[in-house]
Amino acid sequence: MKFHQAPRTLLALTAVSAVAFGATACGSAAGSSSSSGGTVGVTLILKTLSNPYFVTMENDAKAEAAKDGVSLTVAAGTSDGDTQTQITAIDDAISRGDKGILITTNGNAVNAALNQAKQAGLYVIALDTAPTPANVADITYATDNTAAGKLDGQAAAATLGGKKAVIAMLDLYNNQVVSVDIDRDHGFLQGMGIDPGSTTQNGQEAKSGTYTGGTGGSYQIACQQPTQGAIDGGRTAMEDCLSANPNINVVYAINEPAAEGAYAALQAAGKTSSVKIYAIDGSCQGVGYVSSGEFAADAVQYPGKMASLGVDSIAKLAKGGSKPSTSSGLDFYDTGTALVTASPVSGVTTETVAQGKAACWGSSS
Amino acid sequence: MTSSPAPVLEPAETVSDLSDRRGHSPANRLQHLLHRRPALSPLFVLIIAVVIFSLVNARFYSAVNLSLVAQQTAVIGALAVGQTLIILTAGIDLSVGAIMVLASFIAANLIYTDNTSVPVALLVAVLVSVVAQAINGLLVTRIKLPPFIVTLGTFNAFTAITLIYAKGQTITLNPGSGLLWTGESFLIGNFRVTYGVVLMAVLYLVVAYALRCTAWGRHLYATGDDAEAARLAGINTKRVLLSAYLVAGLAIAVSAWILAGRVDGADPNSGLNANLESITAVVIGGTSLFGGRGSLIGSLLGALIVQVFDNGLALAGVDANYQVLAVGILVIAAVSVDQWIRKVKA
Repeated sequence: MKFHQAPRTLLALTAVSAVAFGATACGSAAGSSSSSGGTVGVTLILKTLSNPYFVTMENDAKAEAAKDGVSLTVAAGTSDGDTQTQITAIDDAISRGDKGILITTNGNAVNAALNQAKQAGLYVIALDTAPTPANVADITYATDNTAAGKLDGQAAAATLGGKKAVIAMLDLYNNQVVSVDIDRDHGFLQGMGIDPGSTTQNGQEAKSGTYTGGTGGSYQIACQQPTQGAIDGGRTAMEDCLSANPNINVVYAINEPAAEGAYAALQAAGKTSSVKIYAIDGSCQGVGYVSSGEFAADAVQYPGKMASLGVDSIAKLAKGGSKPSTSSGLDFYDTGTALVTASPVSGVTTETVAQGKAACWGSSS
Repeated sequence: MTSSPAPVLEPAETVSDLSDRRGHSPANRLQHLLHRRPALSPLFVLIIAVVIFSLVNARFYSAVNLSLVAQQTAVIGALAVGQTLIILTAGIDLSVGAIMVLASFIAANLIYTDNTSVPVALLVAVLVSVVAQAINGLLVTRIKLPPFIVTLGTFNAFTAITLIYAKGQTITLNPGSGLLWTGESFLIGNFRVTYGVVLMAVLYLVVAYALRCTAWGRHLYATGDDAEAARLAGINTKRVLLSAYLVAGLAIAVSAWILAGRVDGADPNSGLNANLESITAVVIGGTSLFGGRGSLIGSLLGALIVQVFDNGLALAGVDANYQVLAVGILVIAAVSVDQWIRKVKA
């Protein structure tokens, strides 16, 4: 009896899973709107909608689309690294006849689909991070993640004032390579005056030596741990780092949630006063943590600006305008970055908390 | 510890013993021992790992670090209780982590935005977890869908609901809030124990007792081992199956509370890998994916092993990529051992 049932169960399972997967794929295109009748169709494809950074992009893109009379379709991966949903959304954009795609890619797997989109005549703008290779997109509107990391690194070196730096590097992933992870990490090291030792990989810097930023001094990399960019990951990573080396005095965190988690670990260990956390993102919540002293500094970025500029460019292009061009000296259009600190740091250009709050994104909860 | 009656020597084996003498080989005896006590192999792995990591870096063995490992294990450890119950019924639950994050976020948000009292918020978290698992359980028992597919669907659904509800925000509660009680700690000697760890331990004790010493527990094992035989023996297997999901819901609510204590509130991105990590813990813990065999304590050992490897390799200064590699190898090894043990009966 079992033998008769097994194939049937398998069949049912296959059928149901086909439906389930099919539904997932179609679900990502939900909310699509047709672009018939001469309106310009634009698809915005985000990494996820679980991060206020991308939610801000969505909101600002929608506002800009309403202003420009653009029909905007928004899609997003289910998690960081989910390229399949993004590819489906790109295919959908092509078949819908959209004029352009704005995308924060989840990885190189979307490259082939983006190339198809370009061949089909869509204008592809990468937001936030450039794809690899960068020419997969027609142009990238991004914050210079390396520059953001650098500002943090420079502030860290200057604040140390020649003291020995014992550094915890709290990165994003250990199961995939994402450019933002590399750029911010390497930027921070370069800002401190430490050679990252590689252009493509994290954790290749010499584990000890001298940093040249600020007044210079010796350094030691105490640990390099993944955080998944989340609070629990940041906390676990920081706990492991402190166990490995209780003398850590500088923490680099890939983003604000990771930094929050690190702070929780430091608080539990009673070490908040002796350790400085350097974060990147620039949400209102994060800028708040700078003013309350949890973060020593927060390199702020402007996700909403990237998205609204992107929508605007495609709208202009579709109406016969000229193509946007990159910032001089960079292979992308830089939407800017700044460092928010509670008090000025000598030798580094900083913004005050008030300035940061004026331009921050997300709600300030 | 486990339900399956200790198979000492079955006729078939005696015959094979006659044809060759493998029955008395140490390997065969080990096979039988592990069949009776599936938690032995993870215990062995854990001890070896602790010894090796202590030798590599003496800091590993420090009270401070071991306390941290316990704290880091608490969330997945509690979640693995629910996962064990479901795997014991020969099911699998891909949605436990997603439900946990949803429940913790709703509870934290109720307190943060609506000033809801902590007991009410916790009650809501329990309600969310149990209702979510009731959906899983009913789809499995009534509509007869395979648990893998049901929970794959609900995993997506609950993740999406969390994100829609959270709008990507994280919530940080004021220190001292009762929801963060699980993150507070006391000292036993040099060991800093959080109430979250205590809560996890209590959860293990209660559920282990229920599995071992109550009719419900025996029925659960019997249903997982052979649902048809259990039904013929007069067990209402549908109800037992559904109860496994509901009790798992309670365990998820507990882990949601522990998670809140760890992230000082709620983060929709937290627990991203918790679904698979809980399955990893249960599998490494020696519970058979074929149902009916395994022990709850094994899952705790499994969760500890994963955390000990992460922490130990981090202290040893090993590249973080190897932590993932190590866990992958452990899973394959655990499942291989399980296959080998199963042959006792074959």
